[in-house]
Amino acid sequence: MKITFPHMGNVYIAAKGLLEDLDREVVLPPPITKKTLDLGTKYTPESICMPLKINIGNYIESIEKGADTVLITGSCGPCRFGFYASMEKKLLKELGYDVNFISFDPPEGNPKKLLNEVIKATGTNNYFKIMKAGIRAKKLLYATDELLDYSNYKRAVTIHKNKVDKIMDEFYSRIEKTKGIDEMNSLIRSSYNKLKLIKENKKDNLKIGIIGEIYTIIEPFVNLNIEKKLGYMDVIVDKALTPSKWVSHHLGIGQIGISEEKKKWKKARPYLKALVGGHGRETVGSAVIYAEEKYDGLIQILPFNCMPEVVAESILPSVQRDHNIPIMTLIVDEMTGEGGYQTRIEAFIDLVKKRKESQNDRIIFRG
Amino acid sequence: MTELFLGVDVGSVSTNIVMINNKNELLEKKYVRTMGNPIKVLTKAMKEIGNKYNDNQIKGVGTTGSGRNLANIILGADIIKNEITAHAIAGINFTPEVRTILEIGGQDSKIILIENGIITDFAMNTVCAAGTGSFLDRQSQRLGIEIQEFGDLAIKSDNPVRIAGRCAVFAESDMIHKQQLGHNQEDIINGLCEALVRNYLNNLAKSKKINKTILFQGGVAANKGIRKAFEKYLGEEIHIPEYYDVMGSIGAAILAKEKFKKTKTTNFRGFDATNVEYKVRGFECNDCPNMCEVVEIIADDKILARWQDKCGKYSNYINSDDNLA
Repeated sequence: MKITFPHMGNVYIAAKGLLEDLDREVVLPPPITKKTLDLGTKYTPESICMPLKINIGNYIESIEKGADTVLITGSCGPCRFGFYASMEKKLLKELGYDVNFISFDPPEGNPKKLLNEVIKATGTNNYFKIMKAGIRAKKLLYATDELLDYSNYKRAVTIHKNKVDKIMDEFYSRIEKTKGIDEMNSLIRSSYNKLKLIKENKKDNLKIGIIGEIYTIIEPFVNLNIEKKLGYMDVIVDKALTPSKWVSHHLGIGQIGISEEKKKWKKARPYLKALVGGHGRETVGSAVIYAEEKYDGLIQILPFNCMPEVVAESILPSVQRDHNIPIMTLIVDEMTGEGGYQTRIEAFIDLVKKRKESQNDRIIFRG
Repeated sequence: MTELFLGVDVGSVSTNIVMINNKNELLEKKYVRTMGNPIKVLTKAMKEIGNKYNDNQIKGVGTTGSGRNLANIILGADIIKNEITAHAIAGINFTPEVRTILEIGGQDSKIILIENGIITDFAMNTVCAAGTGSFLDRQSQRLGIEIQEFGDLAIKSDNPVRIAGRCAVFAESDMIHKQQLGHNQEDIINGLCEALVRNYLNNLAKSKKINKTILFQGGVAANKGIRKAFEKYLGEEIHIPEYYDVMGSIGAAILAKEKFKKTKTTNFRGFDATNVEYKVRGFECNDCPNMCEVVEIIADDKILARWQDKCGKYSNYINSDDNLA
């Protein structure tokens, strides 16, 4: 059995490690490229949101590489992601691909079904072994996210931005050939140490929070490498949603009510009390939290016609007014021309910078 | 000797060059159609300016517009700025009390909100061309009238025809229907102006508070019909700056001037640089399925710049500050 799964930011690293530790063979989809997008748009309904198009592209490319089993996760959020698993199954079947499906759907009163799927994916019914590998994979996921965040930070504060790029490019090309969690961890550690050596020579960097739909936030191909673009403008970025945060909410402390997600709901309350699907409510909450943490500005990213984020988008001007923080929305779709995005991001950073300077001037005046 | 500053705005439809002195007075103004050949248009216009001035009078160059990087490579710019900031800087310079700038260009339209001389918010459309100059251009062609007469015809009408302005394609078919019903041309043109303004206000200005003083910039500001429609829908007076069509390049020139105050040097490559023949070559990189169409600019058999590669393999090779393998 050769298992594959769709790309979503860094998640593939932990997923690969987990399955390989359980002695499963993994076929990674090739990095997302224009070809992936072309395949996806060709074989999916025109009006479906972008992540599904890219998922389908990933599967097809993986199957061409020899994968015979597709691993999909379901979701309980009432947005279109909820029917991704069933729809993708159907689409691939219609295209004539004879592959097995394993989908991790939320239990909803039938935990046995989920367990069966887990056993199918992991190839063992030794729950202890699965748990152990799961915990190790979770740590790996956290470490990868940390490395990515650290590289973004370093890119913003150094003048040797090329060096950061080079270390990360090398990391990504080597990780694909690395097998198992232990080796992956050591590669992460060595890359981290290399980044550490880069001199930091910029101060008073702007801080921008990225909010919006999780897939578009964490998948660089889709958001046109926004973290890198901002890093080149000396901006420190923080993402409201990361795979680590998602995992800690759904498979960790989130269930007992002290997670970050619950805090976001509380902060969103004055604007949005109900669940609107996806991460709409969290986006509003994150915007408030970032504003309270004195971030200089926020960028919301969403795939074209993402309903939950459209709801959030129409609420954000109120947050902007009440909390006095600039917010810009970027809608991403199949367009690969970057000019318009670059212009808007540059103009937004200009705006935020000028605003900060004038605020500082006022403080000096008063002092 | 007077210190002079050049501002260059290479847009999709027009390429504008201005020259200002250190009192921000406009000495030269060129507005030429880009016609899909920015390099040729730019070098030709620069040659004409070069006949009147010499290199060491120029103390700074600023570039803006979608071709700002290209202009930088040919001229050697001191500052490369996005068109949103450039438009705002120019507007604030001529009208310090400005609060809102409406800008409609060839391919995109923008709204910029300003408070105490600082941009506080902006929006820009690129997804839909319904609210831009190209749309008007196209419709005037269809109606068989010159775009220059478009506005004058529109203000003759008191009874605009309602045309759906949400989407350029729908607007066009709606317009044809109305035309076939026998509405007169002035009313249809006026209806188009109103449709464009409605589209602009619904798409860009939604949930933004439009305070006066309101400036209207960009090539479309020449269209009296659009101005009238804006005044009708906003209920406020719309001001059109004297050099409405080259505000972006004026902004770039002002920014170059400010940069010169700090650095006292310029990267300007001189007017002679425009005599060199520039060649643009594109090739498709086949190293990965992205198949980026890499563009390179060559002058005298030397590669000046490359761009459009996603991975940075070609552009870094030229631009890097440290050696990459």
